[in-house]
Amino acid sequence: MTTDSLILPIALPLLGALLTTALPRIAPVLGVIAAILTALSGLWLTGQVWGDAAQHVVLGGWALPLGIGVAADGLSASLLAMSSLVGLGISVYAVGYFSGSDRSPHFWPLWLLLWTALNGIFLAADLFNLYVMLELLGLSAAALGALTNSREAVAANLRYLLVGLLGSMSYLLGVALIYTAYGTLDIGLLSERIQPSALAATSVVLMTAGLALKAALFPLHFWLPPAHANAPAPVSAALSALVVKAAFYLILRLWTDLFANITTTGAAFILGALGAGAILWGSWRALRAERLKLLAAYSTVAQIGYLFLFFPLLQAMPPGPARDDLFAACVLMAVTHGFAKAGFFLAAGLVQKNAGHDRIDELGGAAQSMPATTFSIALAGSALIGLPPSGSFIAKWVMMRGAFETGQWWWLIVIATGTLLAAAYIFRVLSRAFGQEPTPRCFVTDARAEIPALLLALSSVALLGLAAGPIWSLLGFEGVQT
Amino acid sequence: MTAAFLYGGAGILLFALGLWSLLVHEPLLRKLIALNIMGAGVFHVFIAVAHRGDGTPPDPVPHALVLTGIVVAVSATALALALHNRLEQEASDSAKSTPAPAAGLVSGLSIRPQSDPIRHE
Repeated sequence: MTTDSLILPIALPLLGALLTTALPRIAPVLGVIAAILTALSGLWLTGQVWGDAAQHVVLGGWALPLGIGVAADGLSASLLAMSSLVGLGISVYAVGYFSGSDRSPHFWPLWLLLWTALNGIFLAADLFNLYVMLELLGLSAAALGALTNSREAVAANLRYLLVGLLGSMSYLLGVALIYTAYGTLDIGLLSERIQPSALAATSVVLMTAGLALKAALFPLHFWLPPAHANAPAPVSAALSALVVKAAFYLILRLWTDLFANITTTGAAFILGALGAGAILWGSWRALRAERLKLLAAYSTVAQIGYLFLFFPLLQAMPPGPARDDLFAACVLMAVTHGFAKAGFFLAAGLVQKNAGHDRIDELGGAAQSMPATTFSIALAGSALIGLPPSGSFIAKWVMMRGAFETGQWWWLIVIATGTLLAAAYIFRVLSRAFGQEPTPRCFVTDARAEIPALLLALSSVALLGLAAGPIWSLLGFEGVQT
Repeated sequence: MTAAFLYGGAGILLFALGLWSLLVHEPLLRKLIALNIMGAGVFHVFIAVAHRGDGTPPDPVPHALVLTGIVVAVSATALALALHNRLEQEASDSAKSTPAPAAGLVSGLSIRPQSDPIRHE
């Protein structure tokens, strides 16, 4: 049973991708079926990890140094649950968004392939399979982003592809150095063998730099805003909510699992400082953005910054309940942003489709003509700001407490400034949207497309905020200590 | 052992050369060739690792990794060329109506802030 539940989240979307390629005429139906099955298998695995703790399987009956390991622990299960629910929402939305469009047969195989790669990254237990999945993710993401077919989209995604390739080359060189020194690629075996040395330090730098480029960590974020803002709405949601998280997940995994006894306070401080830069610069550019989707893309740059602020705190905090809290808060922040940003982009796509543009200054009356969509933007926005009761409120709370306890007060200034800027750019959108009378007649105007966005935004606020406890238990920690 | 060191060192050198060329040169084709040279450098390192002394058979795992890596590099190059081709086509289509800003389009990795253009469907 363990084998099935670990393999299905990777095998099902891959099968779906093949079927939608072979039968393009019924691609949307097949795609939605594959999406539902993939989401269910992901949630099933999450349930298993919750019940009986970590799962590990070696494929094909080969013993470990040679065989391919697949594993799921609390961290991968949390992100897998996120990719399952957000992916399902994006799939349902995409049926409506692409209906009648000639791009629909191209969307489904690529999207399911992207989902395969995502789940593969969350579940792979050795460094080389991670490389293959990273490349698969980069290729399918760049192809999906270029689906708009506009000149800007193709140019932005060509650049994204090159950046992604550079990132994975750097990662692969790090993997080669690791193999030189330790003769294995399995993360579990490596974390026992690894010792501080020049070679190990070089590979940490190479792998982290390559992945930071893929995660769009400031100042390596330059490729993200044009690529994410020019893609079709469901693709933007997938890129911003899920794809950058995969690279972040890997950095977190490497730093906390694999290189735990190599990483130093100084190195973690550099990551934190870059994160701080991302928060300030990304929020500022989001505030100055003229278009809704560009605002969302810059907001992603900023939110990725918050995730990297956790590294210096985790590094300085001694093991114990307080560190567990910080770790869980980091995961909660990533998951909340996944839901919120997906909801935001899907809603922005509806605004763009309905109004024919997404210029923020001309959004007047959006609240009247599309109440549910505007409500989704507001809900997702409150999670991006970190207002209670959203998940990111709890995460920021724990982060600020961690900064106090480890004596790194300077991060508090960054968090506070970033939060204020986020409030400013979200309220700027909302103040424009409520610009016109009369009041709306009905709340939901296009159920099939509006409800996924609304549900995703709602779960980022209500589900992850009021019911954040399960993330702690999924990671195997005690409850929040307040 | 010296042979393995030479191979590995050459690999690192190729990686560095490719990286330099990728960052410095503008045309897409040069960038793609640079990326492939970087890849060849990494594969060299893997092949050098596989060497376990004269007389003993080499470690098969790095060889398998290199084969997979080559497949990935070929597909990535193909996708980049396909995207570039589409850009060129569009450029030649729109050349008659509006003068296209062709130079900036393929400046893959330049860290200049973009003017954030978005076109609508």
